Amino acid sequence: MTDAIIPAGTSQPARPRRDIGLKRRYAAEQRFKIYGIVAIAIGLFFLAALLWSVFSNGYTAFWQTSINLPVNFDESVIDPDNERGTNPNILFTANYPKLARDALAQKLGIDPEDRAQMRDVGKMISDGVRGQLRNVVMANPSVVGTTQNVWVLASADIDSAQKGQINLEIGEDRRRVSDQQVAWMRQLEESGDLEQRFNSGLFTFGASSRPETAGVGVALVGSFYMMLIVLVLSLPIGVAASIYLEEFAAKNRWTDLIEVNINNLAAVPSIVFGLLGLAVFINFMELPRSASIVGGLVLTLMTLPTIIIATRSALRAVPPSIRSAALGIGASKMQMVFHHVLPLAAPGILTGTIIGLAQALGETAPLLLIGMVAFVANYPATPMDPATALPVQIYMWAGEAERAFVERTSGAIIILLGFLAIMNITAIILRRRVERRW
Amino acid sequence: MKTLLLTASAAAIAVAMSAGIAAARDQIQIAGSSTVLPYAKIVAENFGETYPDFKTPVVESGGSSAGLKEFCKGVGEDTIDIANASRKIKESELKACADNGVTEVQEVQFGYDGIVFATDAAGPDWELTPVDVYKALAAKVVVDGKLVDNPYKKWNEVNSALPDWDIVAYIPGEKHGTREVFEEKLLIAGCEEAGGPEAAAEAGLDEDAAASACKAVRKDGGAVDIDGDYTETLARIDSNKTGVGVFGLSFYENNADKLKVATVSGVTPSVETISSGEYPVSRPLQFYVKKAHIGVIPGLKEYVTFFLDDQMVGPDGPLAEYGLVPAPDEERDAQREAFEAGETM
Repeated sequence: MTDAIIPAGTSQPARPRRDIGLKRRYAAEQRFKIYGIVAIAIGLFFLAALLWSVFSNGYTAFWQTSINLPVNFDESVIDPDNERGTNPNILFTANYPKLARDALAQKLGIDPEDRAQMRDVGKMISDGVRGQLRNVVMANPSVVGTTQNVWVLASADIDSAQKGQINLEIGEDRRRVSDQQVAWMRQLEESGDLEQRFNSGLFTFGASSRPETAGVGVALVGSFYMMLIVLVLSLPIGVAASIYLEEFAAKNRWTDLIEVNINNLAAVPSIVFGLLGLAVFINFMELPRSASIVGGLVLTLMTLPTIIIATRSALRAVPPSIRSAALGIGASKMQMVFHHVLPLAAPGILTGTIIGLAQALGETAPLLLIGMVAFVANYPATPMDPATALPVQIYMWAGEAERAFVERTSGAIIILLGFLAIMNITAIILRRRVERRW
Repeated sequence: MKTLLLTASAAAIAVAMSAGIAAARDQIQIAGSSTVLPYAKIVAENFGETYPDFKTPVVESGGSSAGLKEFCKGVGEDTIDIANASRKIKESELKACADNGVTEVQEVQFGYDGIVFATDAAGPDWELTPVDVYKALAAKVVVDGKLVDNPYKKWNEVNSALPDWDIVAYIPGEKHGTREVFEEKLLIAGCEEAGGPEAAAEAGLDEDAAASACKAVRKDGGAVDIDGDYTETLARIDSNKTGVGVFGLSFYENNADKLKVATVSGVTPSVETISSGEYPVSRPLQFYVKKAHIGVIPGLKEYVTFFLDDQMVGPDGPLAEYGLVPAPDEERDAQREAFEAGETM
């Protein structure tokens, strides 16, 4: 504004008013736009860097090397004494890895009596083959005694070597695959019996110490249960609390105090809720450890303030004229709220809820204390059974020593990002489509 | 909206109700050391696959201390059955256990873990001794018989056989069980060899103060505490090619193409040299079993027996394959017998 002041004593005539500082103000506006663009560019750069590092590391996790084997379900190996009619457990505990080993040895033309070579052959196939072949037999016991083509999972080391994640240039003794195994791998690849197939196991398997049979299945179910509990508990409680505070409660010191506390709770670090959950739900109420019900309750506590704040602002955004009109034609206060205000505020409430859920979905810290950062291989049948959550699975895999877990960590991050993106896009679409503005 | 609210509240009540009826636990619950975690996972997984009648145990991570704390909370279905630990249980912890009614604790030592130094795979060969480690990483070192602040900036100042690299070592943080072994087997051993206790006595320190002076790590950036796991140490070495990292043997063996391991006192760490006791830096791994839960939690006894079976913990088993140093034959037999006999601490 200094340029508007004309120094005293100059004989210059005053410039026309509309020219004053115009150039400078335009320049300032231009500069501000540039700052804004730079700020966004920095943000986008980091986002791109994050996505690049996750996707470049993780896309390979969606493929898994498998070997096509003509497995002879030899009765003399599976059930030598022919007692499966009386003792079905025999099919459960049979030596399935031997079947796969023998099939691969036969394919590669190796003498099954050569123990050293058979050891190397055995290490090319995942130990998960036991469960895989067992499932084939359990599903259809009549395959015993026949030969079936089965795509069995290759071991994690072969998988990593095939994907080029193990440096094959360095000495044989410093890597986990031998030259012989690499040669066999190439041989199988040429005959078309070894290829990368879509890794559906990544979505269906539970936790495993072997990378090739590790998946986020249990974590997905655990996260689903928790989200369900959060939704079912925090939506009605949060909406009821907000309606009361916004529409019915008198504005006095008490409601002010409650409001300050709710806003405070929204900013409390999530680990605090974990401590609370441990003390109240596990130690006092004696709910089981590691169960998704406890996780869901803890995340409910964490999400409630977010939902209450979003709901209150959605209720406030409904113009007072609508309330007055409803009351004016004789509606009770409750009818006014439930027939007019709440339906109009619903899109805002749902958006807030979805954002709260997305936040809860990505939370690990509170789950640590209630025992959900755990190795869980069995699917939980109910929310009372032990389970993990998606972000927990990522955290657990990030600490693993095996090379093949590196890509799986990023693969799991991609899955989590996918779910978050779906939730947030739904929130945006809801807002665009249904929200009414006045 | 009304129906939505009604269903929601009905479902909420249903969830709250189901919480009231806690079903009997049919799954073993384990918590504790992150060093023992990979081994416990392998056993748990194989256990679930071998015994059709039992579910796969749940193994929590979180550290030895946190695991033992949960373990000592009491007896009953809502407490864990086994605590994994990369160190021995302390007297104070046993007392806390007893105060809460956990009077019978069975200790099972199932093998050893080696602690190794490793550098980037492209670097030169390293031959370390405890004295080198002490001189390079301690806060105060002995120079001319006196304790002074650590003056060394490069490894070759410590020992001319070492490369001309700035001293930057990534060592386990204080909450790790590995740290204790690192202090005891390297810093204190090196300190004694370098004449630290005498120099400390000369400076007028009593024995306790001398010991803590020996194991105090320099804080000027030469030694970096890593509170995360070994993947973090590996990432640090990836970005700083002249850094030296401390790893568990199993982690090194899984990443031997990226790392070069240093010899300590002339011995290359391996399963053989550690089980024979030649390689100096190792520690026992163990877990603690709540005896009161045996026979109550289905599969608990079978799990421990399966863990101690040679097909798991033996020299050709999957644990040794992953990097566990198996205990000698007699020791494994003794552990099995002690568990069968139900010996408690």
